[in-house]
Amino acid sequence: MASPAPLVRNPEGALDQVRAAIGSAFIAGGEAVGELSVTVVRESIADVLTALRDTLEYQQLMEIAGVDYPERAERFEVVYHLLSVTRNHRLRVRVSTDEATPVPTVTSVYPAAGWLEREVFDMYGVVFAGHPDLRRILTDYGFAGHPFRKDFPLTGYVELRYSEAEKRVVYEPVSLPQDLRTFDFMSPWEGASYVLPGDEKAAVAPPAPSPPAPAPAPAPAAKPSARKPRATKVDAGATPATKKPRAPRKPKGEA
Amino acid sequence: MAETYEVPTGYVELTPDDAQTAGDREITNYTINFGPQHPAAHGVLRMVMELDGEIIERIDPHVGLLHRGTEKLIEHKTYLQALPYFDRLDYCSPLGMEHSYVLAIEKLLDLEVPLRAQYLRVLFAELTRICNHMLNIGSHVMDVGAMTPNLWVFELREDCLNFFERASGARMHSAWFRPGGVHQDVPLKLLTDIGEWCDTRLPQLFGDAMSLVIDNRIFKQRNVDIATVSKADALAWGFSGPMIRGAGIPWDLRKSQPYDVYDRMDFDVPVGTRGDCYDRFMVRVEEVYQSARIIKQCLNEMPEGPIASLDRKVVPPKRGEMKMSMEALIHHFKLYTEGFHVPAGEVYVATESPKGEFGVYLVSDGSNKPYRCKIRPTAFSHLQAMDFMSRGHMLADATAILGAMDIVFGECDR
Repeated sequence: MASPAPLVRNPEGALDQVRAAIGSAFIAGGEAVGELSVTVVRESIADVLTALRDTLEYQQLMEIAGVDYPERAERFEVVYHLLSVTRNHRLRVRVSTDEATPVPTVTSVYPAAGWLEREVFDMYGVVFAGHPDLRRILTDYGFAGHPFRKDFPLTGYVELRYSEAEKRVVYEPVSLPQDLRTFDFMSPWEGASYVLPGDEKAAVAPPAPSPPAPAPAPAPAAKPSARKPRATKVDAGATPATKKPRAPRKPKGEA
Repeated sequence: MAETYEVPTGYVELTPDDAQTAGDREITNYTINFGPQHPAAHGVLRMVMELDGEIIERIDPHVGLLHRGTEKLIEHKTYLQALPYFDRLDYCSPLGMEHSYVLAIEKLLDLEVPLRAQYLRVLFAELTRICNHMLNIGSHVMDVGAMTPNLWVFELREDCLNFFERASGARMHSAWFRPGGVHQDVPLKLLTDIGEWCDTRLPQLFGDAMSLVIDNRIFKQRNVDIATVSKADALAWGFSGPMIRGAGIPWDLRKSQPYDVYDRMDFDVPVGTRGDCYDRFMVRVEEVYQSARIIKQCLNEMPEGPIASLDRKVVPPKRGEMKMSMEALIHHFKLYTEGFHVPAGEVYVATESPKGEFGVYLVSDGSNKPYRCKIRPTAFSHLQAMDFMSRGHMLADATAILGAMDIVFGECDR
């Protein structure tokens, strides 16, 4: 690998070992960008992590990350990052869930999961069944909503200030004197979802092609010809050439 | 016992009711708030403590008072624009935070980084470590009652900040590590000054300050055997950095999962023997000397050459080049408006920040903005262990335990 990122070698057959350790809970797995990750059945995550801890020596749970993919049926991914200090290896285990379905807690396997699960619950609203103390952790006391969901606005819904009149902090609906500046820097050839000035003409349907000319009377049967009928040729030529869009440019950032 | 005890004649037997004078109230456990504004809380930490007299029964740390939604903000910025947020996480060791992030981007891009840039990063990461440990050692010492060493080591911290300013223009929020290298080259005089500082001022001033503390009777009484953590606990609670080394596990990401040019560096990993606050403190003291060793090696071995990748699709060209070349101008414009695109994928990159394992879990969807950037703070798992570590200790020990954890809330709360 060219980049100077931390070197973690995936030992030969690591995926097979993991697969053997977690057994039937295994859904998918693979190595990408030099990192090993497996997807497992949500209901058996605690068993999976117990097996990985006890048989494959992943002693530490370093991180639980939530990721939101709103377009998926089960929109949330809960991603566990395990570290083995004896085998010097990292493993990523993921499960998916939605707003309503709870994920079994892993606090009994790794006590460090307590706050990490609370954070995922706070930020995404993923419920961890069996968690001993599932409170919000990072957001304000009495906060409503789950701010890291993709459909939660960047500005939030409430703002607070100290009210001189009431001598206390008051919460008000957020009001912006100026809209948040969201620029679309994407190249118009790549991802722009709006119509560029002038491009609206391209969207108009091209004029319908002229009806095909009547086929000429068939030639006398005595002289069967392999030639194409003349009229078709004319017809092909008469079709208006649709303006070809510009060839997409090579994406900028791809090195 | 109570049955056989005979009341001597001439004395009046007291019942519990008699023992109380007017106005007394029998109390059981009570709860106090430690913070959110407390000088020993090192920021905005509120700890709800349940005390039995002066013995801590239970601690419920409330964090998040400095939560700024950094991860959400990063999702709305290009990769380069998101970089300065990392300075503002752990504002005591800003370059250590940037390090994980740029390495994560480089890993996704599979970008090669010139050797000089890698040396510069290691050099400044170690300088950051010294800078961070100066703050922590100083404030820890002050939390348990000593004033002078703090003032002395803050002079060293000031020197470090001056070095950062000379390299990047900013004392704290450098934004100097960039994907592909570093932002600007450093002047030769800065490197020689750092070398001289490591040889003379650092060992002298730091040695003096530590000579006041290390063998001090009061300091030892406040720290030895306070909050002892076993190896098994350190692993189970996800400790890293000086916390896990203090517990006796020789685990250092710079050694075991080397990044940049750490594999070329020769340094030792200090390890504690008892796993108490004193060990964690001493691990940091030794790390300062080891960091100085690494800095000296970087200065000796650093080659000449470019300080950032020459891949113009990621790293913008130099200003002078832009005046001469149309292509350079276009690259500059595109990189500072649209930014570079990162191939779809996900990485978890963790580096040995001064406080422990600082990780960045970066999910890219192939666009110019991170789809998700989860930051793994070091403080989260350490502070979580505050409850079991301080159980049974005195209230006054809470500050020592907290000081030896090295927590900064910019990073903990994100």
